[in-house]
Amino acid sequence: MNILADTTASTSRTWTIALFLVFVAATLVITVWAGRRTRGASDFYAGGRSFSGFQNGMAIGGDYMSAASFLGIAGIIALNGYDGFLYSIGFLVAWLVALLLVAELLRNSGKYTMADVLAFRMRQRPVRTAAAVSTVTVSVFYLLAQMVGAGALVALLLNIKEGQEFLGMDADTAKIMTVVLVGILMITYVVVGGMKGTTYVQIVKAVLLIIGAGVMTVLVFAAFKYNFSDLLSDAAGDSTKGESFLEPGLKYGVEVAGDSWQTTVNKLDLLSLGLALVLGTAGLPHILIRFYTVPNAKSARKSVLWAIGIIGAFYLMTLALGFGAAALVSRDEIFNADKGAGNVAAPLLARELGEKFFGGDFGGAILLAVIAAVAFATILAVVAGLTLASSSSLAHDLYANVFKKGKTSEREEVVVARWSALGIGLFSIVLAIFAQRLNVAFLVGLAFAVAASGNLPAILYSLFWRRFNTSGAVWAIYGGLGSAVLLVVFSPVTSGTTNSLFPGAAFDWFPLTNPGLVSIPLGFLFGWLGTIISKDKADPGKYAELEVRSLTGAGAH
Amino acid sequence: MTQTSSETSGEPGNADSLEIQRSPEFAALRRSLRVFVFPATVVFLLWYALYVVLSAYARDFMGVKVFGEINVALIFGLLQFVSTFLIAWLYSRYAAKNLDPKAEAIKEHMENGSPKSAAGNGSEDEA
Repeated sequence: MNILADTTASTSRTWTIALFLVFVAATLVITVWAGRRTRGASDFYAGGRSFSGFQNGMAIGGDYMSAASFLGIAGIIALNGYDGFLYSIGFLVAWLVALLLVAELLRNSGKYTMADVLAFRMRQRPVRTAAAVSTVTVSVFYLLAQMVGAGALVALLLNIKEGQEFLGMDADTAKIMTVVLVGILMITYVVVGGMKGTTYVQIVKAVLLIIGAGVMTVLVFAAFKYNFSDLLSDAAGDSTKGESFLEPGLKYGVEVAGDSWQTTVNKLDLLSLGLALVLGTAGLPHILIRFYTVPNAKSARKSVLWAIGIIGAFYLMTLALGFGAAALVSRDEIFNADKGAGNVAAPLLARELGEKFFGGDFGGAILLAVIAAVAFATILAVVAGLTLASSSSLAHDLYANVFKKGKTSEREEVVVARWSALGIGLFSIVLAIFAQRLNVAFLVGLAFAVAASGNLPAILYSLFWRRFNTSGAVWAIYGGLGSAVLLVVFSPVTSGTTNSLFPGAAFDWFPLTNPGLVSIPLGFLFGWLGTIISKDKADPGKYAELEVRSLTGAGAH
Repeated sequence: MTQTSSETSGEPGNADSLEIQRSPEFAALRRSLRVFVFPATVVFLLWYALYVVLSAYARDFMGVKVFGEINVALIFGLLQFVSTFLIAWLYSRYAAKNLDPKAEAIKEHMENGSPKSAAGNGSEDEA
């Protein structure tokens, strides 16, 4: 039995590495090819604005469907049932905010970064500085989540256990090496390939992810003779939780018997998470800059429509993957792999399905390897997008417009952007090595909450509120960003419980783990307050220019 | 100091923009956009909020089985997918029919300076 398990593990390990290397080689070729076609700033920041709506829709999918969605949501469903579905729904519905209120207007009025729109009718330096701070903060939180996830995954997927060694490395060394490797690759994609290279990497990844998840979904259904109800009843039966496994409430908004205060807090926390998910997407800088890669607002709209289709289909499949894992894989095996985080539910399900449908252990090893390689591809594509968003903002907003006051050449800007990508990449590698203990889902949830509190109010006010002025924009960004971050610092996430970052300390006076319910309204409130108490007058001419450009595309870049 | 000097930015200047912004054609475009996106946003946010609130506070209702193991929570969740796809599709149809032609006419007018389309276009949507 042990020998058998070991050979299976080593077969799939070899195949995982081989497939991953194929992906890396292919994407590097694409990156170099794209790099040769990257000349000016518009190529580097916006891929020459030459992608079609369909291509960009795929790339948005590749940028958005992170390892947290693929492995995280499947894992939450596998262990806690229905509650994982809440994430899928929030992540999808959020796209309507982007489609109806942001994508086209932003495409028409901006050039390379989120700040282009925020600073359009304001004093450049304060607003661009604030926007750059917020862009880098959101992106680095999100980057950390992906890189910490990559490190944790490699030990699991390559099946390196405590005390075992792989190429002479123990599990901890392998984690650090993975973080470094992922970091080097993402820096290469961005520095060499710019937005063009990054976009193609994301398209390839989206195709792989959809095919991988699609094959698994079909196999799960086949295993239950295409009867979804049977799948659910099997999942509920194996879960040890019975019927409640198919209902909300096992993980979020948990009712604690005899503790009505904690029950209230848990339920408010669920509402807070729901709000952050639905309002966060349209404030994520790495998503927003994707709208600049298409020629006009109409193609920006098409990209979002394609993205909604692809992302929606994918999140529907996570339902089958999660419940499939619950029904087909032993709960203990999923739970014990990473102390209940559930990140290996999808890979373990792949192994199970491979064994069932493709001839025993070997088939299992191969399908596991394929899905593991897809998971790594997923992480790489997302981190590249995040690195690009941060470095664009540092170069275009901070360097060119704040330090140089707009007096710089395009060439110089791109050089600075490349160096910034290197800097952000190295910074994230170091941070991720020290952040290995942080929970991945928490970091992603935090990034969404910060984006929804710090960026979305400023974007919406800029586009729709005539009176909004420089002071309002600065207040909205720093106010929303600051309250989101501060509330997390004083939440149980940071201190007060055994799962906290600092379990020994207790300064957790804010009871919710997700700050959105308070910090998002605060972001809007600060933006309004900053606007009305300032003596700044909004410039009606500038607003006219922004409004006309955003609605018609006249004068758009 | 300089941000009020509007004509420096090239492209359509502020004076042009102000004039366009006050034109009936532009007002019609803005109205067409807002009349769809604002109510649609309110509707889908309330619909989503209802789903989240029921998930938090109406567990018994969400657990009611409709057929087989399929319960209200699952159907409600799937309906969020359906409504998202539906609103996205309705918006794309609406935009192609009611927004794009208006936006293009104004853009054309601004870039070519031809007043040709300015007269006829605005009034059709007044009703």
